[in-house]
Amino acid sequence: MSFEPKLVGFLCNWCSYTGADLAGTSRLKIPPNLRAIRVMCSGRVDPSFILTALSKGADGVLVLGCHPGDCHYSEGNYNCQRRLPITKSLVEQMGIDPRRVRLEWVSASEASLFQEVVSEFTEQIRSLGPLELKEFDFDRAAADAQLVHE
Amino acid sequence: MPSSSMSEGMMAKPKLALYWAASCGGCEIAVLDTELKVLEIADFFDIIFWPCALDFKYDDVRAMEDKSITLTLFNGAIRNSENYEIAKLLRQKSVVMCAFGSCASDGGIPALANLKSKEEILQYVYHDSPSTTNPENVRPETAHQVAEGTLRLPEMWNTVRSLGQVVDVDYIIPGCPPQPDQISIVVDAVVDILKNGKPLPPKGTVLGADVRTCCDECDRKKDVKKIKQFVRPHEVVADPEVCLLEQGILCMGPATRAGCGGKCVNAGVPCRGCYGQPANVKDQGAKMASAIGGVLDTDDPKEIEELVATIPDMAGTFYRFSMSESLLRRRQG
Amino acid sequence: MATVKIRIDGQQVEAEEGSFLLPAIQEMGVEIPTLCYYKYATPYAACRMCVVEIWDKRKKNKVVTACNYPIAEGLEVLTHSPRVVAARRTNLEMLMSRCAPMPVLQEMGKKLGIEEPRWGWGTDTCILCGLCVRVCDEIVGARALGFASRGADRYVTTAFDGEADSCILCGACASICPTEHIQLEEADGRKIIHDEVTLGPNSAISVPFRQAVPNVPRIDPEYCIHFRTGGCTVCSQVCPKDCIHYDEQEKTEEIEVGTIVLATGFQDLDPEILKPYGYGKIPNVITAMEFERMNNAAGSTGGKIQLQNGAEPRSIAILHCIGSRDERHHPYCSRVCCMYGLKFAHLVKEKTEAEVYQLYIDLRAFGKGYEEFYQRILSEGVNVIRGKGTEVVRAGRGRAEEGDLLVRCEDTLAGVFREIPVDMVILCTALEAHSDAKETGRKFGVSIGADGWFIERHPKLGPVSTATDGVFLAGVCQGPKDIPDTVAQGGAAAAEAMSLMIRGEVEMDAACAVIDEEKCCGCRLCNDLCAYSAITFDEEKEVSVVNEALCKACGTCVAGCPSGSIKGLHFTDPQIYAEIEGILS
Repeated sequence: MSFEPKLVGFLCNWCSYTGADLAGTSRLKIPPNLRAIRVMCSGRVDPSFILTALSKGADGVLVLGCHPGDCHYSEGNYNCQRRLPITKSLVEQMGIDPRRVRLEWVSASEASLFQEVVSEFTEQIRSLGPLELKEFDFDRAAADAQLVHE
Repeated sequence: MPSSSMSEGMMAKPKLALYWAASCGGCEIAVLDTELKVLEIADFFDIIFWPCALDFKYDDVRAMEDKSITLTLFNGAIRNSENYEIAKLLRQKSVVMCAFGSCASDGGIPALANLKSKEEILQYVYHDSPSTTNPENVRPETAHQVAEGTLRLPEMWNTVRSLGQVVDVDYIIPGCPPQPDQISIVVDAVVDILKNGKPLPPKGTVLGADVRTCCDECDRKKDVKKIKQFVRPHEVVADPEVCLLEQGILCMGPATRAGCGGKCVNAGVPCRGCYGQPANVKDQGAKMASAIGGVLDTDDPKEIEELVATIPDMAGTFYRFSMSESLLRRRQG
Repeated sequence: MATVKIRIDGQQVEAEEGSFLLPAIQEMGVEIPTLCYYKYATPYAACRMCVVEIWDKRKKNKVVTACNYPIAEGLEVLTHSPRVVAARRTNLEMLMSRCAPMPVLQEMGKKLGIEEPRWGWGTDTCILCGLCVRVCDEIVGARALGFASRGADRYVTTAFDGEADSCILCGACASICPTEHIQLEEADGRKIIHDEVTLGPNSAISVPFRQAVPNVPRIDPEYCIHFRTGGCTVCSQVCPKDCIHYDEQEKTEEIEVGTIVLATGFQDLDPEILKPYGYGKIPNVITAMEFERMNNAAGSTGGKIQLQNGAEPRSIAILHCIGSRDERHHPYCSRVCCMYGLKFAHLVKEKTEAEVYQLYIDLRAFGKGYEEFYQRILSEGVNVIRGKGTEVVRAGRGRAEEGDLLVRCEDTLAGVFREIPVDMVILCTALEAHSDAKETGRKFGVSIGADGWFIERHPKLGPVSTATDGVFLAGVCQGPKDIPDTVAQGGAAAAEAMSLMIRGEVEMDAACAVIDEEKCCGCRLCNDLCAYSAITFDEEKEVSVVNEALCKACGTCVAGCPSGSIKGLHFTDPQIYAEIEGILS
């Protein structure tokens, strides 16, 4: 069976979530890999959410917000824009390909852009392969096997 | 349940065990730093295991009844099979197991090794480091055959774990080291519980720390923040009155639990984050990334990249004391 | 000082003892010639035209200069006695023989019956009255001028005849000089008082324009001598009602309101950045706004359309889309230029004989009656050329007879390149958002579009409201529009605001951010994250506080709180973590 990436998307309520909605009502074909979480603003996206998603089995995380200058909350997306590079560089230092985390701007009217971004991101993660976290959970059996006194 | 067993232990003197796993020994010194309190501890408890201070053998502990130790203060991270073995042993023998200090709680400094693999570390230490002379390319063995039998050394792990990841932990006392005044407060509380039958705090409670963050204990004047550039502490003469972050010095204070009394920040050194992540925070580093990201003083993507690039050793700074408990645990790949 | 009684030309008047005679005489309405007297400077009695005949207390009879003769009890004055007139004539004649035939002297000579001095006219234009010296010294305080040499060689000059460092180029000497001997030249980097709207010289104190509200004069501290040197104060001495106070400061008034209508308008694109049109370099290249001022009956020329030299233009070119519909500046259409351009053509045709050229990309006569107006302009003989004006140059020799300037364009209908000779060029500059619109938007929680205009909540369903409840938009600040549209939008904004106010209460969304005071450490990292300024810092408790009425629940601060003390209701961390876990399981 070929690898189907699991992707988590954080979509801002006003632009990207609406854009995704429009993509749906426009009957655009979108890869089913993206699992969307609605947030009111891309500024709400805490890097902890991204790391949590990656640690819980997501192969990639897509953050979508309004275009710069178009934020419903005036400048929430700018905050997102400032946080993402830090997150990506942190993720990279933690040994995960930073391409697995992506920020894009999709407005409420850009259904086809939403389709394009999701398709492209899905393909990119597909080519990067599954994200397998090494030694994430403690392997008790292996640790016990090393013990001599038991 | 710890509480019932604890009151049973009231017959004799309660038994106390202290142990150091992968740690520097600072936590032990911190216990001694409680000054006169240490005499009170010695008086109130029957110290049955404290390798750093008194001569005991592991077999003495193995010989004890399960749950015969009232309280174990366990410091140090779990770095090798020996640390794990004793952690398991002490857990088995203790009523209350306390992760004592940053290493036991969150991995601490030893867990920074999670940014490398075991192989990378051994390669560097035994071959590549400039001060190493190892012409025969010797590597440490964990088992060696001699005439009398097999000599064994503990197995070093690839990933450093916190105590809580390998055994069940009842309480956490954070800090690198836990501050003596905080230790005294915890000791008083323990005495109060054992002597006067005060109820135990719920399992998992962080003891000897505060609900707020380090900023609360910092005397510096805090204003609205806009960071234009990051500097390292030695590169500037910092204004002693003003928040270090506002001066571009990466201070972990905002994302670090209070409890130390703001010792570093009030002495002009940025907070390194030793008291761990605050109560509502899942990942100290990610939270710091979020907080710092919000106050970078530019909207230009290129400038943001450039500014972010000036943060020295991001993972090492953000997870200096909490790598084991971070969401990703270690460097992947 | 005591009031004393004196008699002037037989009439008894009261005057202040010790004050000078000339103002008292002038107050009676008696005309006394003078060249060197200025009420606010120390009298100098240099021109000696104000001589009068007096009898003092001791009945001693003499001829004195009125400007500096102090009043005393019982003084008797004759202002036009034969002796006085004879003295004046002689004095004037002597001035005339020193000076060139200047209008001011000829005028005075006419009144005293002297056409030419007996000794012939001289050549000098300075009468050595020293008024400039006194004004510069006493009023301006610059002390840049003084006399040099003696006797016949005496003249007014600056120190060592050089450029005076202390001169502030206020122009007071030039404006006070009775003979126009002193002329002001524009020096490098030094400003001459000049009004951008009236296109004419302006004084430092003036009513900004006729319809100004409030319609009172204001002092421009950049030009006012008092604000520059601490001297002068002439205007406060002149004002009979004591209305002028130099120490008045601007005040910030705080008014509590429930709704706000933003109607901050636009600014004109600065045409100087469009080098090919030569604005600011080539004379008679003006902006539409400047033309409007000129055409205004209350404007600099009283409504007369004229060139800088006062002549009537023979032809005028009106250049559309200057900075609008231009990728390099503003891609949008400024909407109003086509119609006012046509209006200008009509006005020029009405007031002058000039030939008018309209140079346009597309004519957008979209409103009610607009197309009809366009047709009327066509029938009035205006030359309407489809092609954007690309360049304005000074006409070279040979072409100057037809017009001082040449406008270059490509006539896209005829398919030819054209050079049109004109005397005046009117640039229809783009309407652009105020340079500080972003800051204004931030203050009111209104976003700015890529083109700089404020963004309405919804282009069709919320055209006057904004993302911030209670803040509405009216006029060009939301996008270019003409007066009818602006009035309509203003009315709508006012009605929307009223409908909120009449209800008297506001319904809030339950979603908002809340700060746990117990956990907040007062690091203030969240303070600047809020675009609505909903987060303030409580200095006393040392914690940050969310104003729930302002919070829009975007959650930016929730993400940014390093201690996890801010909770975003309806989108809490645990809720989102549960979602992440749920969708990945």
